Amino acid sequence: MSDVSPSPALRRGLGDHIILAAVLVLSVAMVAPVLWVIGLSLKDNAELMANPNSVFHPPYIIDNYIAIIGTSAVFRWIVNSLIVSVGLTFGTLVLASLAGYGFARLEFPGRQVLFVIVLFGLAVPEQAVLVARHQIFSILQFHNTYQGIILPGLSNAFGVFLMTQYFRAIPKELDEAALLDNASRFKIFWKVLLPLTLPAQATLGIFTFLGSWNDYFWPLISATRKEMYTLTVGMASVQSNFAQSEGVGFLMAQAVFAGLPIFIVYLFFQKYIVTAVSGAAVR
Amino acid sequence: MSSNRRRTGPNGSDWRNALFIAPYLFFFLTLLVFPLFWGIWLSFHKADTFSSGAFVGFNNYVRLFNDHVFLQSIWNTFYFVFLTVPALAIIGLTLALALNSSSRLATVLRSLYFSSSVLSVTIVTLIWRIVFVPQFGLLSTIYGWFGAEAPAVLADPDLAMIGIALTTIWWCIGLPMMLFLAALQQIPGDIYEAAALDNAGWWRTLISITLPSIRRTFVLVLIIQIVLQFQLFGQSWLLTRGGPNNLTKPIVLYIYDIAFRRWDVGLGAAASEVLFALILVAAMTQYLISRRQEER
Repeated sequence: MSDVSPSPALRRGLGDHIILAAVLVLSVAMVAPVLWVIGLSLKDNAELMANPNSVFHPPYIIDNYIAIIGTSAVFRWIVNSLIVSVGLTFGTLVLASLAGYGFARLEFPGRQVLFVIVLFGLAVPEQAVLVARHQIFSILQFHNTYQGIILPGLSNAFGVFLMTQYFRAIPKELDEAALLDNASRFKIFWKVLLPLTLPAQATLGIFTFLGSWNDYFWPLISATRKEMYTLTVGMASVQSNFAQSEGVGFLMAQAVFAGLPIFIVYLFFQKYIVTAVSGAAVR
Repeated sequence: MSSNRRRTGPNGSDWRNALFIAPYLFFFLTLLVFPLFWGIWLSFHKADTFSSGAFVGFNNYVRLFNDHVFLQSIWNTFYFVFLTVPALAIIGLTLALALNSSSRLATVLRSLYFSSSVLSVTIVTLIWRIVFVPQFGLLSTIYGWFGAEAPAVLADPDLAMIGIALTTIWWCIGLPMMLFLAALQQIPGDIYEAAALDNAGWWRTLISITLPSIRRTFVLVLIIQIVLQFQLFGQSWLLTRGGPNNLTKPIVLYIYDIAFRRWDVGLGAAASEVLFALILVAAMTQYLISRRQEER
């Protein structure tokens, strides 16, 4: 054996290298399914039917993507998803900022108890309230409307919790100085403190947008009319076409097309998303 | 103490201050608290979409536990959690250990492993359907290279849930990795320098420094994932519709079937209360076990 007494540094490096090699191999499994889907989306349906292996050779065509522009309801669903996600993100930021400031900075009767109750809200999974919520929305005739899809998300306690933590971390001297200048509570909140919470707003905004864009269960049971589908529900509804496999290339093109917007968002905001995730983790 | 605060602090207690909380509280009470209790109330009634009918006591719960499909779905859910949660924790930790550096390769791989997490369940299941499907499937193509025939994973009673678990791990691996990475960054570097001076090897450093330092994160990852994976729905619904033979039907899919396809709202509400209780118990158990170990 040649490794009579390897230095600690060398041994440490070896272990790291073995793990890194394993991780590299695993990344092939991460990428391969996506490449496969993209490959199929670039093939003619008839050619695929005749020979599935034809995905490995040219000709590659973009006809499937052109067909989306002509026929597909995907655009409508993307617009619906945008309205819902932007609406919910905006609403959540407003509600959570106001409540976070209130819980962190102001005194009013019952504050402690209310905050604890809101924290308990974090522990309630969506399924525990889903059935009752659906019935309430039926009575209010909120199903198949934008507010019907948006409103439940506004009750999420995570944002309030995050913003309260963030407001608490801001030095109190700042608002005390403003109070001496006779600024109103709202003015202190709006002019002095809110600008300082921008990083937290970004974190919460990204989380809310991603969660809302990808939400499947509530839109599935609330938006039952095709023109009110969000992108996730719409894409799920075309999956059943899968049985008639003459449309595999077309279906895959739709999948790529539908995945694209959020993927572009990810590429652009990657740094923020990663900081958001790990920032929320440390807390 | 409190009078002191009132005298010196500019923040006097004033009910008008609660106006800042009021908007959120309105949605919290109407869309979370009220439905929570309304759901419990519904579970004791024979109800449909618009109305709740007669009070039936524990009848819904009795029906539930006499329904072998429901019992099967509880078993399926636990099986799925057992398949995914340890794998997500261990693979996530391995990835974090390997990619905890500022090198270019590590940065690229980190974003690669996290990228699947931003996709919706619909896209993820579409991708994996095309992996598992017999004719055009990636799997059957790879088997084909070796002249073998791939099993029809999603139609096979023994393999279907494993296929759903693989899909889920592929989808969800980003979050545990990120949580572990954040924890690894918190370990002060001088501990490692001291270990290096003590001639501690790679393995020994891992066992006696790295792992103990991130134990709390490990528990956090387990709890988050247990709560998350207990709510399995989309993957099963879209990949297998709960089949074959209800073998991949989780509790949430059972609730969906009963409450929103058969409109037996009372029974569906009862099932969702059972799920709620299971999640609470599982998360609490995990938390208490970890607390006890820490005290020791």
